Amino acid sequence: MDLILPEFGLLFWMALVFICLLFVLTKFIWKPILSSVNEREQKISESLELAVKTQAEMKAMQAANENLLKEAKAERDAIVKDAKETATKMIEDAKVVAKSEAEKVISAARQAIETEKGAAIAELKTQVAAFSIEIAEKIVRGELSSDDKQKALAEKLATDINLN
Amino acid sequence: MTHIMAPKKIMKSLILALFAIFLVHFANASSSAGQHEGKSEEKEFDVNGMIMHHIKDAHEWHLWGPEHGGTSIYLPIILIDGGLKTFSSSHFYHGSIVAVKDHKTGLDVEFIAGAGPAEGYGLFHEKIYKLNEGKLSIEDGHVHGNIKVLDFSITKNVLSLFFGAIFILIIMSSVARFYKKNGAVAPKGLAKFLEPLIVMVRDDVAKSNIGEHKYKKYVPYLLTIFFFIFFNNLLGLVPILPGGANLTGNISITLFLAICTLVVTLASSNKNYWKHIFATPGVPVALLPIMIPIELVGILTKPFALMIRLFANMTAGHIIVLALVSIIFINKNAAWGALSVPMALFISVLELLVAFLQAYLFAMLSALFIGGAVEESHH
Repeated sequence: MDLILPEFGLLFWMALVFICLLFVLTKFIWKPILSSVNEREQKISESLELAVKTQAEMKAMQAANENLLKEAKAERDAIVKDAKETATKMIEDAKVVAKSEAEKVISAARQAIETEKGAAIAELKTQVAAFSIEIAEKIVRGELSSDDKQKALAEKLATDINLN
Repeated sequence: MTHIMAPKKIMKSLILALFAIFLVHFANASSSAGQHEGKSEEKEFDVNGMIMHHIKDAHEWHLWGPEHGGTSIYLPIILIDGGLKTFSSSHFYHGSIVAVKDHKTGLDVEFIAGAGPAEGYGLFHEKIYKLNEGKLSIEDGHVHGNIKVLDFSITKNVLSLFFGAIFILIIMSSVARFYKKNGAVAPKGLAKFLEPLIVMVRDDVAKSNIGEHKYKKYVPYLLTIFFFIFFNNLLGLVPILPGGANLTGNISITLFLAICTLVVTLASSNKNYWKHIFATPGVPVALLPIMIPIELVGILTKPFALMIRLFANMTAGHIIVLALVSIIFINKNAAWGALSVPMALFISVLELLVAFLQAYLFAMLSALFIGGAVEESHH
Protein backbone atom coordinates (compact mmCIF):
# COMPACT_ATOMS: atom_id res chain seq x y z
CA MET A 1 0.00 0.00 0.00
CA ASP A 2 2.73 2.49 0.88
CA LEU A 3 4.11 1.90 -2.62
CA ILE A 4 1.28 4.02 -4.01
CA LEU A 5 1.12 6.63 -1.25
CA PRO A 6 3.16 9.77 -1.86
CA GLU A 7 5.71 10.75 0.78
CA PHE A 8 5.62 14.36 1.87
CA GLY A 9 9.39 14.63 2.34
CA LEU A 10 10.20 13.29 -1.11
CA LEU A 11 7.49 15.49 -2.62
CA PHE A 12 9.11 18.51 -0.96
CA TRP A 13 12.60 17.69 -2.26
CA MET A 14 11.22 16.90 -5.72
CA ALA A 15 9.39 20.24 -5.85
CA LEU A 16 12.53 22.08 -4.76
CA VAL A 17 14.85 20.29 -7.19
CA PHE A 18 12.46 20.31 -10.13
CA ILE A 19 11.56 23.99 -9.83
CA CYS A 20 15.24 24.96 -9.52
CA LEU A 21 16.09 22.71 -12.45
CA LEU A 22 13.28 24.17 -14.55
CA PHE A 23 14.44 27.69 -13.75
CA VAL A 24 18.16 27.09 -14.36
CA LEU A 25 17.64 25.04 -17.51
CA THR A 26 15.18 27.54 -18.98
CA LYS A 27 17.29 30.56 -18.25
CA PHE A 28 20.82 29.33 -18.93
CA ILE A 29 20.47 26.29 -21.16
CA TRP A 30 17.30 25.94 -23.22
CA LYS A 31 17.24 29.60 -24.28
CA PRO A 32 20.77 29.68 -25.79
CA ILE A 33 20.38 26.23 -27.33
CA LEU A 34 16.99 26.95 -28.87
CA SER A 35 18.02 30.38 -30.10
CA SER A 36 21.15 28.94 -31.76
CA VAL A 37 19.17 26.11 -33.33
CA ASN A 38 16.50 28.55 -34.55
CA GLU A 39 19.12 30.92 -35.86
CA ARG A 40 20.82 28.11 -37.72
CA GLU A 41 17.57 26.85 -39.18
CA GLN A 42 16.71 30.34 -40.35
CA LYS A 43 20.16 30.68 -41.84
CA ILE A 44 19.78 27.40 -43.70
CA SER A 45 16.35 28.25 -45.07
CA GLU A 46 17.55 31.70 -46.08
CA SER A 47 20.58 30.21 -47.79
CA LEU A 48 18.37 27.76 -49.67
CA GLU A 49 16.08 30.57 -50.79
CA LEU A 50 19.07 32.62 -51.83
CA ALA A 51 20.43 29.66 -53.80
CA VAL A 52 17.14 29.27 -55.68
CA LYS A 53 17.03 33.01 -56.34
CA THR A 54 20.63 33.04 -57.49
CA GLN A 55 19.95 30.14 -59.81
CA ALA A 56 17.00 31.99 -61.35
CA GLU A 57 19.15 35.10 -61.66
CA MET A 58 21.90 33.09 -63.27
CA LYS A 59 19.43 31.70 -65.76
CA ALA A 60 18.09 35.17 -66.55
CA MET A 61 21.63 36.45 -66.88
CA GLN A 62 22.52 33.61 -69.19
CA ALA A 63 19.51 34.39 -71.37
CA ALA A 64 20.47 38.07 -71.38
CA ASN A 65 24.01 37.15 -72.31
CA GLU A 66 22.78 35.02 -75.17
CA ASN A 67 20.59 37.86 -76.43
CA LEU A 68 23.47 40.26 -76.15
CA LEU A 69 25.68 37.87 -78.05
CA LYS A 70 23.07 37.49 -80.76
CA GLU A 71 22.70 41.25 -81.06
CA ALA A 72 26.42 41.71 -81.19
CA LYS A 73 26.71 39.10 -83.88
CA ALA A 74 23.98 40.77 -85.93
CA GLU A 75 25.63 44.13 -85.49
CA ARG A 76 28.99 42.73 -86.49
CA ASP A 77 27.45 41.18 -89.59
CA ALA A 78 25.80 44.46 -90.48
CA ILE A 79 29.05 46.35 -89.97
CA VAL A 80 30.99 43.87 -92.07
CA LYS A 81 28.35 44.04 -94.76
CA ASP A 82 28.43 47.85 -94.72
CA ALA A 83 32.16 47.86 -94.86
CA LYS A 84 32.15 45.53 -97.80
CA GLU A 85 29.62 47.67 -99.63
CA THR A 86 31.57 50.80 -98.92
CA ALA A 87 34.74 49.19 -100.11
CA THR A 88 33.19 48.06 -103.38
CA LYS A 89 31.68 51.45 -103.88
CA MET A 90 34.98 53.11 -103.23
CA ILE A 91 36.71 50.86 -105.67
CA GLU A 92 33.99 51.56 -108.25
CA ASP A 93 34.27 55.27 -107.65
CA ALA A 94 37.99 55.16 -107.85
CA LYS A 95 37.75 53.28 -111.08
CA VAL A 96 35.40 55.87 -112.57
CA VAL A 97 37.57 58.73 -111.41
CA ALA A 98 40.67 57.02 -112.73
CA LYS A 99 39.02 56.42 -116.09
CA SER A 100 37.91 60.03 -116.49
CA GLU A 101 41.31 61.22 -115.34
CA ALA A 102 42.98 58.98 -117.83
CA GLU A 103 40.68 60.19 -120.57
CA LYS A 104 41.48 63.76 -119.66
CA VAL A 105 45.18 63.03 -119.75
CA ILE A 106 44.82 61.26 -123.05
CA SER A 107 42.81 64.07 -124.58
CA ALA A 108 45.27 66.62 -123.28
CA ALA A 109 48.10 64.57 -124.73
CA ARG A 110 46.30 64.38 -128.03
CA GLN A 111 45.77 68.11 -128.06
CA ALA A 112 49.40 68.67 -127.25
CA ILE A 113 50.40 66.29 -129.98
CA GLU A 114 48.13 68.15 -132.42
CA THR A 115 49.58 71.49 -131.39
CA GLU A 116 53.14 70.15 -131.62
CA LYS A 117 52.37 68.64 -134.95
CA GLY A 118 50.95 71.97 -136.24
CA ALA A 119 54.00 73.79 -134.95
CA ALA A 120 56.30 71.22 -136.48
CA ILE A 121 54.56 71.46 -139.83
CA ALA A 122 54.69 75.25 -139.70
CA GLU A 123 58.37 75.14 -138.95
CA LEU A 124 58.94 72.58 -141.60
CA LYS A 125 57.15 74.85 -144.03
CA THR A 126 59.33 77.79 -143.10
CA GLN A 127 62.42 75.61 -143.28
CA VAL A 128 61.38 74.26 -146.63
CA ALA A 129 60.72 77.80 -147.87
CA ALA A 130 64.10 78.91 -146.58
CA PHE A 131 65.75 75.95 -148.25
CA SER A 132 63.90 76.66 -151.49
CA ILE A 133 64.99 80.28 -151.44
CA GLU A 134 68.55 79.22 -150.74
CA ILE A 135 68.46 76.73 -153.51
CA ALA A 136 66.88 79.24 -155.78
CA GLU A 137 69.52 81.74 -154.81
CA LYS A 138 72.25 79.27 -155.51
CA ILE A 139 70.73 78.39 -158.85
CA VAL A 140 70.26 82.03 -159.73
CA ARG A 141 73.84 82.69 -158.75
CA GLY A 142 74.93 79.86 -160.98
CA GLU A 143 72.89 81.14 -163.86
CA LEU A 144 74.20 84.55 -163.39
CA SER A 145 77.80 83.64 -163.00
CA SER A 146 78.81 84.30 -166.70
CA ASP A 147 77.67 86.76 -169.25
CA ASP A 148 76.51 84.16 -171.58
CA LYS A 149 74.40 82.65 -169.02
CA GLN A 150 73.02 86.05 -168.03
CA LYS A 151 72.22 86.69 -171.63
CA ALA A 152 70.71 83.32 -172.09
CA LEU A 153 68.63 83.82 -168.96
CA ALA A 154 67.59 87.24 -170.00
CA GLU A 155 66.55 85.82 -173.29
CA LYS A 156 64.74 83.06 -171.86
CA LEU A 157 62.94 85.34 -169.39
CA ALA A 158 62.26 87.59 -172.28
CA THR A 159 60.80 84.67 -174.20
CA ASP A 160 58.67 83.72 -171.29
CA ILE A 161 57.46 87.20 -170.90
CA ASN A 162 56.85 87.29 -174.60
CA LEU A 163 54.91 84.26 -174.43
CA ASN A 164 52.74 85.77 -171.82
CA MET B 1 40.68 -22.83 -36.92
CA THR B 2 39.55 -24.23 -33.56
CA HIS B 3 42.76 -23.34 -31.75
CA ILE B 4 42.29 -19.71 -32.83
CA MET B 5 38.68 -19.66 -31.68
CA ALA B 6 39.46 -21.24 -28.31
CA PRO B 7 40.90 -18.15 -26.52
CA LYS B 8 37.93 -16.11 -27.66
CA LYS B 9 35.54 -18.65 -26.27
CA ILE B 10 37.43 -18.72 -22.98
CA MET B 11 37.22 -14.94 -22.79
CA LYS B 12 33.50 -15.09 -23.43
CA SER B 13 32.85 -17.64 -20.74
CA LEU B 14 35.07 -15.67 -18.34
CA ILE B 15 33.01 -12.54 -18.87
CA LEU B 16 29.82 -14.53 -18.42
CA ALA B 17 31.16 -16.06 -15.22
CA LEU B 18 32.15 -12.66 -13.84
CA PHE B 19 28.72 -11.34 -14.71
CA ALA B 20 27.10 -14.30 -12.96
CA ILE B 21 29.24 -13.78 -9.84
CA PHE B 22 28.24 -10.15 -9.76
CA LEU B 23 24.57 -11.08 -10.07
CA VAL B 24 24.83 -13.71 -7.35
CA HIS B 25 26.47 -11.15 -5.07
CA PHE B 26 23.81 -8.59 -5.79
CA ALA B 27 20.97 -11.03 -5.27
CA ASN B 28 22.52 -12.39 -2.07
CA ALA B 29 22.59 -8.90 -0.64
CA SER B 30 19.02 -8.39 -1.68
CA SER B 31 17.91 -11.72 -0.32
CA SER B 32 19.26 -10.88 3.11
CA ALA B 33 17.40 -7.60 2.84
CA GLY B 34 14.27 -9.58 2.16
CA GLN B 35 14.94 -11.81 5.13
CA HIS B 36 15.02 -8.79 7.35
CA GLU B 37 11.42 -8.07 6.55
CA GLY B 38 10.33 -11.69 6.78
CA LYS B 39 11.10 -14.06 9.62
CA SER B 40 14.78 -14.19 10.46
CA GLU B 41 14.90 -17.91 11.25
CA GLU B 42 13.54 -18.76 7.81
CA LYS B 43 16.27 -19.21 5.23
CA GLU B 44 13.75 -19.36 2.36
CA PHE B 45 14.42 -16.75 -0.32
CA ASP B 46 11.86 -13.95 0.02
CA VAL B 47 11.32 -12.71 -3.55
CA ASN B 48 8.54 -10.32 -2.64
CA GLY B 49 10.51 -8.74 0.18
CA MET B 50 13.64 -8.35 -1.95
CA ILE B 51 11.76 -6.75 -4.84
CA MET B 52 9.74 -4.44 -2.61
CA HIS B 53 12.89 -3.43 -0.77
CA HIS B 54 14.52 -2.56 -4.07
CA ILE B 55 11.74 -0.54 -5.66
CA LYS B 56 10.86 1.44 -2.52
CA ASP B 57 12.64 4.37 -0.99
CA ALA B 58 15.14 3.85 1.84
CA HIS B 59 17.16 5.91 4.30
CA GLU B 60 20.40 4.17 3.29
CA TRP B 61 22.02 3.33 -0.02
CA HIS B 62 22.66 -0.36 0.29
CA LEU B 63 25.66 -1.44 -1.77
CA TRP B 64 26.43 -5.07 -0.94
CA GLY B 65 26.57 -7.60 1.89
CA PRO B 66 23.84 -8.45 4.39
CA GLU B 67 21.45 -5.83 5.69
CA HIS B 68 23.17 -5.66 9.06
CA GLY B 69 26.94 -5.50 8.80
CA GLY B 70 26.86 -5.12 5.01
CA THR B 71 28.19 -2.14 3.12
CA SER B 72 25.78 0.76 2.94
CA ILE B 73 25.95 4.50 2.57
CA TYR B 74 24.05 5.89 5.53
CA LEU B 75 22.10 8.93 4.42
CA PRO B 76 21.28 11.90 6.62
CA ILE B 77 17.94 11.94 8.38
CA ILE B 78 16.19 15.27 8.77
CA LEU B 79 13.12 15.31 11.02
CA ILE B 80 10.84 18.13 12.01
CA ASP B 81 9.53 17.13 15.43
CA GLY B 82 9.52 20.03 17.83
CA GLY B 83 12.45 21.56 15.99
CA LEU B 84 14.86 20.38 13.33
CA LYS B 85 16.63 17.10 14.11
CA THR B 86 19.40 15.77 11.90
CA PHE B 87 21.43 12.61 12.37
CA SER B 88 22.84 9.75 10.33
CA SER B 89 20.56 6.86 9.43
CA SER B 90 23.24 4.53 10.85
CA HIS B 91 21.62 5.19 14.20
CA PHE B 92 18.63 3.30 12.87
CA TYR B 93 20.40 0.63 10.85
CA HIS B 94 22.78 -0.05 13.70
CA GLY B 95 19.91 0.12 16.20
CA SER B 96 18.12 -2.81 17.73
CA ILE B 97 15.45 -4.90 16.06
CA VAL B 98 12.37 -5.04 18.24
CA ALA B 99 9.57 -7.53 17.74
CA VAL B 100 5.98 -6.62 18.63
CA LYS B 101 2.76 -8.53 18.22
CA ASP B 102 0.34 -7.46 15.53
CA HIS B 103 -2.88 -6.66 17.35
CA LYS B 104 -5.05 -8.18 14.65
CA THR B 105 -3.14 -11.06 13.10
CA GLY B 106 -1.27 -12.01 16.26
CA LEU B 107 1.97 -12.49 14.32
CA ASP B 108 5.35 -11.12 15.41
CA VAL B 109 6.29 -7.98 13.47
CA GLU B 110 9.73 -6.39 13.59
CA PHE B 111 10.68 -2.74 13.55
CA ILE B 112 13.96 -0.96 14.23
CA ALA B 113 14.26 1.17 17.30
CA GLY B 114 16.75 3.99 16.86
CA ALA B 115 19.75 4.44 19.09
CA GLY B 116 21.73 7.54 20.09
CA PRO B 117 20.22 10.68 18.52
CA ALA B 118 17.51 8.49 16.98
CA GLU B 119 16.36 7.43 20.43
CA GLY B 120 12.58 7.45 20.68
CA TYR B 121 12.02 6.94 16.96
CA GLY B 122 11.20 3.68 15.21
CA LEU B 123 11.78 2.70 11.59
CA PHE B 124 9.04 0.47 10.19
CA HIS B 125 8.93 -0.21 6.44
CA GLU B 126 11.34 2.70 5.93
CA LYS B 127 8.93 5.11 7.63
CA ILE B 128 9.85 6.91 10.85
CA TYR B 129 7.41 6.89 13.76
CA LYS B 130 7.54 8.27 17.28
CA LEU B 131 7.67 5.40 19.75
CA ASN B 132 5.32 5.09 22.70
CA GLU B 133 7.40 3.76 25.60
CA GLY B 134 9.75 2.16 23.11
CA LYS B 135 6.94 0.38 21.26
CA LEU B 136 5.01 0.65 18.00
CA SER B 137 1.44 -0.52 17.97
CA ILE B 138 0.80 -2.37 14.75
CA GLU B 139 -2.55 -3.52 13.48
CA ASP B 140 -2.89 -5.67 10.37
CA GLY B 141 0.57 -4.68 9.15
CA HIS B 142 -0.05 -0.96 9.61
CA VAL B 143 1.00 1.38 12.37
CA HIS B 144 -1.84 2.65 14.55
CA GLY B 145 -1.59 5.10 17.37
CA ASN B 146 1.99 6.18 16.71
CA ILE B 147 2.66 9.60 15.20
CA LYS B 148 4.40 9.58 11.83
CA VAL B 149 7.13 12.18 12.01
CA LEU B 150 7.49 14.83 9.30
CA ASP B 151 10.45 13.35 7.48
CA PHE B 152 12.58 15.54 5.18
CA SER B 153 15.46 13.05 5.09
CA ILE B 154 17.84 12.83 2.17
CA THR B 155 16.62 9.37 1.27
CA LYS B 156 17.93 7.14 -1.50
CA ASN B 157 15.44 8.70 -3.94
CA VAL B 158 16.26 12.25 -2.88
CA LEU B 159 19.96 11.58 -3.40
CA SER B 160 19.18 9.98 -6.73
CA LEU B 161 17.12 13.07 -7.58
CA PHE B 162 20.17 15.23 -6.85
CA PHE B 163 22.36 12.97 -9.00
CA GLY B 164 19.85 13.17 -11.83
CA ALA B 165 19.60 16.96 -11.65
CA ILE B 166 23.40 17.36 -11.55
CA PHE B 167 23.76 14.89 -14.41
CA ILE B 168 21.28 16.86 -16.55
CA LEU B 169 22.91 20.18 -15.67
CA ILE B 170 26.42 18.95 -16.51
CA ILE B 171 25.43 17.42 -19.84
CA MET B 172 23.11 20.22 -20.91
CA SER B 173 25.47 22.99 -19.89
CA SER B 174 28.20 21.42 -22.00
CA VAL B 175 25.76 21.40 -24.93
CA ALA B 176 24.78 25.02 -24.23
CA ARG B 177 28.47 25.96 -24.02
CA PHE B 178 29.04 24.47 -27.45
CA TYR B 179 26.36 26.70 -28.95
CA LYS B 180 27.51 29.76 -27.04
CA LYS B 181 31.07 29.24 -28.23
CA ASN B 182 30.38 28.29 -31.83
CA GLY B 183 27.14 30.13 -32.61
CA ALA B 184 24.79 28.81 -35.23
CA VAL B 185 26.93 26.04 -36.72
CA ALA B 186 26.38 22.35 -37.38
CA PRO B 187 26.43 20.52 -34.02
CA LYS B 188 29.36 18.31 -32.95
CA GLY B 189 29.90 15.75 -30.20
CA LEU B 190 27.35 15.79 -27.38
CA ALA B 191 25.36 18.55 -29.08
CA LYS B 192 25.08 16.40 -32.18
CA PHE B 193 23.60 13.59 -30.09
CA LEU B 194 21.19 15.71 -28.06
CA GLU B 195 20.08 18.22 -30.66
CA PRO B 196 17.77 15.77 -32.48
CA LEU B 197 16.04 15.08 -29.14
CA ILE B 198 15.69 18.79 -28.39
CA VAL B 199 14.39 19.47 -31.89
CA MET B 200 12.04 16.46 -31.59
CA VAL B 201 10.53 17.88 -28.38
CA ARG B 202 10.23 21.31 -29.95
CA ASP B 203 8.70 20.17 -33.26
CA ASP B 204 6.96 16.83 -32.76
CA VAL B 205 5.87 17.36 -29.17
CA ALA B 206 5.34 21.09 -28.70
CA LYS B 207 4.66 22.53 -32.15
CA SER B 208 2.40 19.77 -33.43
CA ASN B 209 0.27 19.55 -30.27
CA ILE B 210 0.10 23.14 -29.05
CA GLY B 211 0.05 24.93 -32.37
CA GLU B 212 2.32 27.12 -34.42
CA HIS B 213 1.63 30.39 -32.60
CA LYS B 214 1.61 29.44 -28.94
CA TYR B 215 4.08 26.58 -28.58
CA LYS B 216 7.21 28.66 -27.91
CA LYS B 217 6.31 29.51 -24.31
CA TYR B 218 5.95 25.84 -23.35
CA VAL B 219 9.07 24.40 -25.00
CA PRO B 220 11.35 24.94 -21.95
CA TYR B 221 8.87 23.19 -19.65
CA LEU B 222 8.38 20.27 -22.02
CA LEU B 223 12.15 19.96 -22.58
CA THR B 224 12.77 19.94 -18.83
CA ILE B 225 10.08 17.31 -18.22
CA PHE B 226 11.33 15.15 -21.10
CA PHE B 227 14.99 15.19 -20.12
CA PHE B 228 14.24 14.89 -16.40
CA ILE B 229 12.22 11.72 -16.96
CA PHE B 230 14.51 10.34 -19.66
CA PHE B 231 17.76 10.79 -17.71
CA ASN B 232 16.29 9.55 -14.44
CA ASN B 233 14.76 6.53 -16.18
CA LEU B 234 18.17 5.68 -17.60
CA LEU B 235 19.87 6.33 -14.27
CA GLY B 236 17.41 3.91 -12.65
CA LEU B 237 18.58 1.19 -15.02
CA VAL B 238 22.23 1.56 -13.99
CA PRO B 239 22.74 -1.09 -11.28
CA ILE B 240 25.59 0.66 -9.41
CA LEU B 241 25.83 3.75 -7.26
CA PRO B 242 24.81 6.88 -9.12
CA GLY B 243 21.89 4.88 -10.42
CA GLY B 244 19.77 2.03 -9.24
CA ALA B 245 17.13 3.95 -7.33
CA ASN B 246 13.62 3.55 -8.64
CA LEU B 247 13.10 7.31 -8.81
CA THR B 248 10.73 7.71 -11.76
CA GLY B 249 8.85 4.65 -10.49
CA ASN B 250 8.09 6.48 -7.26
CA ILE B 251 4.58 7.83 -6.92
CA SER B 252 5.71 11.05 -5.18
CA ILE B 253 7.90 11.97 -8.15
CA THR B 254 5.30 11.18 -10.80
CA LEU B 255 2.65 12.92 -8.69
CA PHE B 256 4.68 16.10 -8.67
CA LEU B 257 5.32 15.94 -12.41
CA ALA B 258 1.61 15.40 -13.05
CA ILE B 259 0.74 18.34 -10.77
CA CYS B 260 3.15 20.50 -12.77
CA THR B 261 1.39 19.59 -16.00
CA LEU B 262 -2.00 20.24 -14.38
CA VAL B 263 -0.87 23.64 -13.11
CA VAL B 264 0.61 24.61 -16.49
CA THR B 265 -2.57 23.45 -18.24
CA LEU B 266 -4.88 25.37 -15.93
CA ALA B 267 -2.65 28.46 -15.89
CA SER B 268 -2.71 28.66 -19.67
CA SER B 269 -6.37 27.70 -20.14
CA ASN B 270 -8.49 30.16 -22.09
CA LYS B 271 -12.22 30.93 -22.34
CA ASN B 272 -12.75 28.32 -25.01
CA TYR B 273 -11.38 25.57 -22.72
CA TRP B 274 -13.79 26.41 -19.91
CA LYS B 275 -16.63 26.79 -22.36
CA HIS B 276 -16.01 23.22 -23.51
CA ILE B 277 -16.24 22.08 -19.90
CA PHE B 278 -19.30 24.03 -18.71
CA ALA B 279 -21.20 24.23 -21.99
CA THR B 280 -19.84 21.61 -24.33
CA PRO B 281 -20.92 22.68 -27.83
CA GLY B 282 -23.43 20.32 -29.42
CA VAL B 283 -24.62 18.86 -26.11
CA PRO B 284 -28.30 19.42 -25.18
CA VAL B 285 -28.83 21.62 -22.12
CA ALA B 286 -30.66 18.77 -20.33
CA LEU B 287 -27.47 16.70 -20.40
CA LEU B 288 -25.26 19.40 -18.94
CA PRO B 289 -25.86 18.43 -15.28
CA ILE B 290 -24.28 15.08 -16.16
CA MET B 291 -21.64 16.44 -18.52
CA ILE B 292 -20.25 19.15 -16.28
CA PRO B 293 -19.18 16.80 -13.44
CA ILE B 294 -17.72 14.39 -15.99
CA GLU B 295 -15.73 17.18 -17.63
CA LEU B 296 -14.59 18.51 -14.26
CA VAL B 297 -13.38 15.07 -13.22
CA GLY B 298 -11.74 14.82 -16.64
CA ILE B 299 -9.49 17.77 -15.76
CA LEU B 300 -8.02 15.65 -12.97
CA THR B 301 -8.05 12.22 -14.63
CA LYS B 302 -5.72 13.34 -17.38
CA PRO B 303 -2.77 14.20 -15.10
CA PHE B 304 -3.76 11.29 -12.86
CA ALA B 305 -3.29 8.94 -15.81
CA LEU B 306 0.09 10.58 -16.47
CA MET B 307 1.12 9.92 -12.88
CA ILE B 308 0.03 6.28 -12.89
CA ARG B 309 1.44 5.53 -16.34
CA LEU B 310 5.00 6.59 -15.56
CA PHE B 311 4.95 5.08 -12.06
CA ALA B 312 3.55 1.73 -13.20
CA ASN B 313 5.78 1.40 -16.25
CA MET B 314 9.03 2.11 -14.47
CA THR B 315 8.17 0.07 -11.37
CA ALA B 316 7.02 -2.85 -13.51
CA GLY B 317 10.29 -2.80 -15.42
CA HIS B 318 12.33 -2.99 -12.22
CA ILE B 319 10.07 -5.74 -10.83
CA ILE B 320 10.38 -7.88 -13.97
CA VAL B 321 14.18 -7.67 -14.10
CA LEU B 322 14.47 -8.50 -10.37
CA ALA B 323 11.94 -11.32 -10.62
CA LEU B 324 13.81 -12.86 -13.55
CA VAL B 325 17.11 -12.71 -11.67
CA SER B 326 15.35 -14.21 -8.64
CA ILE B 327 14.59 -17.40 -10.60
CA ILE B 328 18.14 -18.53 -9.83
CA PHE B 329 17.75 -17.98 -6.08
CA ILE B 330 14.30 -19.48 -5.82
CA ASN B 331 15.59 -22.69 -7.39
CA LYS B 332 18.97 -22.40 -5.61
CA ASN B 333 20.73 -23.57 -8.75
CA ALA B 334 23.14 -21.48 -10.86
CA ALA B 335 22.13 -23.47 -13.97
CA TRP B 336 18.89 -21.51 -14.01
CA GLY B 337 21.07 -18.54 -14.95
CA ALA B 338 21.05 -19.89 -18.49
CA LEU B 339 17.37 -19.02 -18.61
CA SER B 340 17.19 -16.11 -16.22
CA VAL B 341 20.19 -14.06 -17.40
CA PRO B 342 19.23 -13.84 -21.10
CA MET B 343 15.65 -13.02 -20.15
CA ALA B 344 16.73 -10.36 -17.66
CA LEU B 345 19.09 -8.95 -20.29
CA PHE B 346 16.30 -8.84 -22.84
CA ILE B 347 13.99 -7.00 -20.44
CA SER B 348 16.79 -4.61 -19.47
CA VAL B 349 17.32 -3.71 -23.12
CA LEU B 350 13.57 -3.34 -23.53
CA GLU B 351 13.65 -1.03 -20.52
CA LEU B 352 16.06 1.24 -22.40
CA LEU B 353 13.34 1.67 -25.00
CA VAL B 354 10.69 2.14 -22.31
CA ALA B 355 12.88 4.76 -20.60
CA PHE B 356 12.76 6.86 -23.76
CA LEU B 357 9.17 6.01 -24.62
CA GLN B 358 7.76 7.00 -21.22
CA ALA B 359 9.66 10.29 -21.22
CA TYR B 360 8.37 10.99 -24.73
CA LEU B 361 4.82 10.02 -23.80
CA PHE B 362 4.77 12.17 -20.68
CA ALA B 363 6.01 15.21 -22.59
CA MET B 364 3.73 14.44 -25.54
CA LEU B 365 0.57 14.09 -23.44
CA SER B 366 1.47 17.16 -21.38
CA ALA B 367 1.77 19.08 -24.64
CA LEU B 368 -1.57 17.64 -25.79
CA PHE B 369 -3.32 18.79 -22.60
CA ILE B 370 -1.73 22.24 -22.83
CA GLY B 371 -2.69 22.35 -26.51
CA GLY B 372 -6.31 21.61 -25.54
CA ALA B 373 -6.24 24.42 -22.98
CA VAL B 374 -4.88 27.10 -25.33
CA GLU B 375 -6.86 26.08 -28.41
CA GLU B 376 -9.05 28.80 -29.91
CA SER B 377 -12.60 27.95 -30.98
CA HIS B 378 -13.06 27.09 -34.62
CA HIS B 379 -16.61 28.39 -34.91
